[in-house]
Amino acid sequence: MPEISDRPVRKTPAIGPGRWLGQLLLYGLFALVIGVFSQWPPYHHLQPDQALIKLSFTHVGKPVGDCRVPGAEELAKLAPHMRPTEICPRERSPIMVELDINGVNRLRRSAEPGGLSKDGASAMYERVLVPAGEQRIAVRYSDDVRARATPYHRETTVKLVPGQVLVIDFNAEKGGITIQ
Amino acid sequence: MHDQAISLRQRCLNGWRRLERGLDAAFGSGLNPMRHLGSIGLLAFWLLAASGVLLYIVIDTSVAGAWRSIDSLSSWPLQLGVLLRGLHRYAADALVLAMGAHLLREWLHGHERGVRRFPWLTGVPLIGFVFISAIGGFWINWDQLGQFSAVATAEWLGALPMLATPLARNFLANEAVGDRLFSLFIFVHLGVPLLLLFGLWFHIQRLTRVAMLPPRPLTLGLVTTLALLALVWPVRSAPPADLGQVPALLQLDWLLLWLHPLTYATSPEFTWVLMGAAALLLLALPFLPQARKSAAPAVAVVDADNCNGCTRCFVDCPYAAVTMVPHPNQRIGRLLAQVDADLCVGCGICAGACPSSTPFRRVTKLVTGIDMPQRPVSAMRAQLQRDLAANPAARPLVVFGCDHGVRSASALSSGADDVSVCNLLCAGQLPPSFVEYALRDGAAGVVVAACREGGCEFRLGERWTAQRLSGQREPHLRDAARGERVELVFAGPGDEAGLAAAVQRLRERVQAIALDPDLPHRIQHA
Repeated sequence: MPEISDRPVRKTPAIGPGRWLGQLLLYGLFALVIGVFSQWPPYHHLQPDQALIKLSFTHVGKPVGDCRVPGAEELAKLAPHMRPTEICPRERSPIMVELDINGVNRLRRSAEPGGLSKDGASAMYERVLVPAGEQRIAVRYSDDVRARATPYHRETTVKLVPGQVLVIDFNAEKGGITIQ
Repeated sequence: MHDQAISLRQRCLNGWRRLERGLDAAFGSGLNPMRHLGSIGLLAFWLLAASGVLLYIVIDTSVAGAWRSIDSLSSWPLQLGVLLRGLHRYAADALVLAMGAHLLREWLHGHERGVRRFPWLTGVPLIGFVFISAIGGFWINWDQLGQFSAVATAEWLGALPMLATPLARNFLANEAVGDRLFSLFIFVHLGVPLLLLFGLWFHIQRLTRVAMLPPRPLTLGLVTTLALLALVWPVRSAPPADLGQVPALLQLDWLLLWLHPLTYATSPEFTWVLMGAAALLLLALPFLPQARKSAAPAVAVVDADNCNGCTRCFVDCPYAAVTMVPHPNQRIGRLLAQVDADLCVGCGICAGACPSSTPFRRVTKLVTGIDMPQRPVSAMRAQLQRDLAANPAARPLVVFGCDHGVRSASALSSGADDVSVCNLLCAGQLPPSFVEYALRDGAAGVVVAACREGGCEFRLGERWTAQRLSGQREPHLRDAARGERVELVFAGPGDEAGLAAAVQRLRERVQAIALDPDLPHRIQHA
C-alpha cells in the first residue's frame, strides 16, 4: 500500500525562455513597486517657508473658589481630629490660553481639568503653522477663574528659520510661560 | 444596491481570476504567487523576524547610539549590512502588499462567511498589528523620518479623549527623549510582532497543513528579489533626529507610513473615524445580510456501522473538522470518525477519502462511513449508472467535475453527446474507485476536472485528487484502471476551453483503443 504523501503530484514542468522572461519581468515589477513606493513621492510636511509653533502645557489650575474658615457650628459636627482650619473647593479652574501672532489672534482655547472631580491637571497640545521670519508673539494664560486672578502674559519677537519648531510651554517654577 | 455590490464583487472576482490565469502563464498554476498570498505573507514575516533578530544583536538601542549604529551598517564588508537592513525594510513592504492582496482575494471568494468566518475575524486584528509593528520600527532608527513618524503617531494618539497628558509632549525637545522612552520604542517593535505571531496562531488554528512557506521555487524567487532590491536600492537613514526642526523633505515609505500624511491632510479625528469604520466594516462583513442568501452547506455525516476507523478522512480534512474517537459499539481500539459541524465546510473530501465509498459494493443502497447529505455517494453511483445506461455513444465518456471549478456543462455544451457529466462538491469528493467503476460500467474514458493547482476552493481537494489518482495517496486508483483512458485536468473557473480540449484529447485516444468485445460491457447492478 503506498504511503500517504503530502507532496504535489505534478513536477514543475521545465521552464522555457518565455516563462523565464515572464517571471523575471514579474519579479522585477514586484521589486519596482516596493522600491518606488518605499521612498517616492517625497513628502513635504511643511512648506519651504513655514515654521511650526507648538503650544503645549500640562498644569493644575487654581481652585475654582476661595477657601473659607469653617464656622464653629460646622466644626462641632466633625470629630475633633477631622476639623480643618479651612475648607477649599476641590475643583480646579480650566486653563485659558490665547496666542496672538503679529497682533492677530491665532488660538484661543480652554483646557478643562482632568479627573472625574475635575481636580486634575489641564493639558493642551496645539500646532500652529506660521511663515518663517520675524514674528511678534503674544501669549496670555489664565489658570484661575476667580475675578481677581491675573493672567500670565508674555510677549516677544522671534525670528524663525524655515522648519524651525518653537515651543511655548508653561512652567510655574520658571515664572510661567516659556518660549524656546 | 446590495445586488449591485454583489455584481461588483463578481466582476472583481472575474478580473482577479483573469489576473491569476495570466500569471499562470509565467509561473505555472502551482507556483502562481496569487494562490500563495498567505504563505508569502508568512515568508515575509519570517524574513522580518530573522533579519530583526540579527539587527537587534548589532544595533545600539539607545537614543544617542541608535542612528550611528544603524547608519554604520552600510560600512559592513560585502554589503552585508546593507543587505540585512534592506531585507528587513523591504520584507515589511512585501508583507503589507501580500496581506492586502490576501484580504482582497479571500473577500472576493466570499470566504468571510460561514465556517471561514473564524479565520476572517481573527485576521482583521493582524492588519493593525502589522502596521503598528512597522511604524514602530521607523522610530528605532531615530533619524528625521523616525522623528516625523514618532511625533505624528503621538499627535494622532493625542486625539483620543482618554489620555490625560498629550503623548506628543514627549517630543517637545531633544532632552525629552531619553533612553526610557526609547525602551518603549523597542518594546513596541518587539512586543507587537509577538502579538502578531500569537494572532497568526489563532488565524490558522482551524486549518490543517498550513503552508508556512510558499513552494520552494517561489520562496527562492521572492527572497532573491528582495535581496537584490536591498542591494540595488539600499535603504539609507535620513539625517539624525532633531526635535527643534521639522524635516523639510522626507522619503516616506508610503506602503507603511501612509497614515501620517493622510492624518495631516485631514485631521486625527478623521483618520480615527476612518480606521474605526474600516475595522468595523471588516468585522461586520461576515454578518451582513445577503440579498441572495445561500443555504449553509450541509456538513458531513458519519455512519458508525460503515466507519472502520481508518483515519483517512481525519488525515485529509483541510479544516480539521474530523476527529477520531473510540468507536462506541466495537471492540477496544477501534476508532470512529466524528465531525465537528462548526468546522465542516461541506467539501466532501472526507467522503472521497473513505474506503467504504467504493461503488463496487453489492448493496442496494450504498452507505459509506462518512458522507455528504446533499450529494451522497449512493446518489452519485445511481446517477452514473443512469447516465451511462442512457448514453447512446459507442464510446461514452464521463467527466467528473467540481462545482467550484470549470463549468463542465457549458464547456461541453455542443458536440459532446457522448459525454456524461457528474458534478461533485469538490474534486476531492470523488472516491478514485468511481473512475474504475465508470470504466467498467461502459465508459470508454474518464476525465476528472479539478481546480487549478493551488486554486481549490477547499484548499487541498485538487492535490488530494491528483495524489489519489496517481497512486500516491489512499484511497488510490488501482493500477489497472490508470492509463490512457483516464485524464486528469486542472481547470478552474473560466477554463472551459481547457476542459473541452482535454475531453477531445481523451476522445481521440479512446477511439484508437480497441475495446475487447468479450469483456462484459456493463456491471451487473444490484
